[in-house]
Amino acid sequence: MKKDIILAGVGGQGILSIAACIGLAAVDNGLFLKQAEVHGMSQRGGAVQSNLRLSDKEIASDLIPYGQADLIISVEPLESLRYLPWLRRDGWLITSSNAFVNIPNYPDKEALKAEIKKIKNHIFIDAEAIAKELGSVRSANMVMLGAAAPFLEMPFDEIEKAIAKLFGNKGEAVVELNQKAMKAGYEFSNRAVAGE
Amino acid sequence: MQKMLLLGVEAIGQAAIDAGISAVFAYPGTPSTEITEYVQASREARDNKVVASWTANEKTAMEATLGVSYVGKRAMACMKHVGLNVAADAFVNAGVTGANGGLLVVSADDPSMHSSQNEQDSRFFGKFAMIPTLEPSNQQEAYDMVFYGLELSEKLHTPVLLRITTRLAHSRAGVVRKPSREHNEIRLPDDPKQFILLPAIARKRYKGLLANQAHFINESETSGYNRYIDGSDHSLGIIASGIAYNYLLENFADRELPYPVLKINQYPVSRTLLAKLEKECETILVLEEGAPVIEEMLKGYLSKNLNVKGRLDGTVPRDGELNPNVVARAMGLEDTYGQDVPGLVVGRPPSMCMGCGHIDTYNALNSAMEKYSKGRVFSDIGCYTLGALAPFNAINSCVDMGASITMAKGAADVGFSPSIAVIGDSTFTHSGMTGLLDVVNCNSNVTIIINDNSTTGMTGGQKSAATGKIEDICRGIGIPEERIRVITPLKKNHDENVQVLLEELQRDEPSVIISRRECIQTLNKRMRQRAAAKAKEAEQQKASQQ
Ligand SMILES: Cc1ncc(C[n+]2csc(CCOP(=O)(O)OP(=O)(O)O)c2C)c(N)n1
Repeated sequence: MKKDIILAGVGGQGILSIAACIGLAAVDNGLFLKQAEVHGMSQRGGAVQSNLRLSDKEIASDLIPYGQADLIISVEPLESLRYLPWLRRDGWLITSSNAFVNIPNYPDKEALKAEIKKIKNHIFIDAEAIAKELGSVRSANMVMLGAAAPFLEMPFDEIEKAIAKLFGNKGEAVVELNQKAMKAGYEFSNRAVAGE
Repeated sequence: MQKMLLLGVEAIGQAAIDAGISAVFAYPGTPSTEITEYVQASREARDNKVVASWTANEKTAMEATLGVSYVGKRAMACMKHVGLNVAADAFVNAGVTGANGGLLVVSADDPSMHSSQNEQDSRFFGKFAMIPTLEPSNQQEAYDMVFYGLELSEKLHTPVLLRITTRLAHSRAGVVRKPSREHNEIRLPDDPKQFILLPAIARKRYKGLLANQAHFINESETSGYNRYIDGSDHSLGIIASGIAYNYLLENFADRELPYPVLKINQYPVSRTLLAKLEKECETILVLEEGAPVIEEMLKGYLSKNLNVKGRLDGTVPRDGELNPNVVARAMGLEDTYGQDVPGLVVGRPPSMCMGCGHIDTYNALNSAMEKYSKGRVFSDIGCYTLGALAPFNAINSCVDMGASITMAKGAADVGFSPSIAVIGDSTFTHSGMTGLLDVVNCNSNVTIIINDNSTTGMTGGQKSAATGKIEDICRGIGIPEERIRVITPLKKNHDENVQVLLEELQRDEPSVIISRRECIQTLNKRMRQRAAAKAKEAEQQKASQQ
């Protein structure tokens, strides 16, 4: 088993909490892990990504080679397209539809959506709306984690457990909210895949 | 032993604690910052009374570690690659004094310049100072090499350089810990003159350093960190240093290479292993993250026969960091490039945070500068450097920490007026103060704006050595009280701030304008912590009432 995942977003959007959940679940499952993160300059509102590699064999490179990512998980639609050279032909692009506009030349949102729809395997999800409905926009990242969950080849309850571990010190309510958000994303993707 | 999931930098921090280091001194700089932060946050380190402090700059950090080594304890200085330039005087001379207690210098290089002004390779500095240099290829080696480096340092009485690069620094992997070691007791050097570099003594010590080179090479040959791995196809031999080895392996599905590989993680490089590779292989491909340090050494400029490929002949690009694809291309392997990025995808450069005080400072400065010609603002390194980008386009230089004041001074001294410097608070105490003294001593006509957000913002909000001291420093250096103006960069103060700037620009003597408002990130963090503390208190109160 190997899963190469690119997490994408804008500095400050907190993509690393998604990586941390997947990472925890993977390590608890006895998998090897390497995760390259971006710290520093780009964290100031620039494009950021993280390369997350899971495998049942030892992993050599911290970086994913071109054309070998099984998943791109992006919390921002423009950012999701930036890493297409790394996506496998049959890989999945899972992106939030919530544009983060902090540049004057942000592309037309409809055109962006059309580009995303051109990708054979994609999930396009309004994570913020789902999170808001459940109680807090701040759990939108967990909706995204859930949307990616069907493609992770990991037991669902392991991911739930990872959320409990990661947010445990913030109290029961926060854990529950994030688990609910994750589940909502999970169900969205399952419906989307079934509908195709 | 326990396995932990750690970033490369965290692995080094944990190893420092476990290897019995008594002090870590550092100035923040990506990608090295989190080493010190990790030690500062560690309860174990606190319980063991490990000193972990930010210093004014890298030179003071390097010198403080040398002081720790002098008294026989173990110490580590951490910095980014350009920080080693600042520490260079102390670093190179420490090669001559040698070490007493184990002395490790960690320098984190940033090939591809993710967060830096250049991509210089610290291995040159190790060679320049003629001390052993270690270059881990993964997080576990980074951890282990802290132990090994300190032992080597104490065994051969030399500082040791640990060189890492961005990808290793900021990538997470499993790391197995070793049993912890006690701190050293205080024990002064056997030779009381070891650290006195008067010429007569320095000459002796330098001969000692030269004689030590053979031992350093011998260590490289026997430590196990440099390894010759044989292969069946001798048409090509590969030298892979540091993390380049991982990218090489990545290109072979079963991790079985047909070619002989020399994996290099320690310098000076072992000659025996190089000679073996040269003898057995027709062509040698050198893969190194950073500059062609090994390649140049092999090629020299006059060698005719040896067929060495690498960054110098274009087999590998001369600049930028390596990755699995760059290595694949260098070896003529299949390119696995996926789909093209659609044309509508535009770049998203970093920008100043919403609500950042630097924005208001630049808006005021731009208004004040409307009546002058362009190109007059020398700036420096920090979040405020983003003022170089649209929509501000407010600054005209950024070279090295502290250069704003001194470049503005040079320009002013030859008649360029007004000449303006914009510098951050942490940068000011790092390397700006000495320049200010030059300005005062020459009465140079420079207007200096110190952007005081009371933190080291760009690297993530470390404590700034300048906080609460800037006015006193400026007064002490000799700026008269009336020429030290303080403004608050807020939208509502715009007109007032422009007025202050105009007044100081019109004078023909040095003046300092301190533009002071707390960094929005540290403010938010403080507020969150306060709210959390309050919530906890309320919960406890409720619990005690029940
Ligand atoms: C010699 C050297 N050391 C460290 C750095 C990394 N560095 C870049 S900006 C910066 C912080 C500057 O802080 P400050 O001047 O207070 O400005 P702010 O980012 O808070 O606006 C640091 C440490 C560097 N570029 N060069």
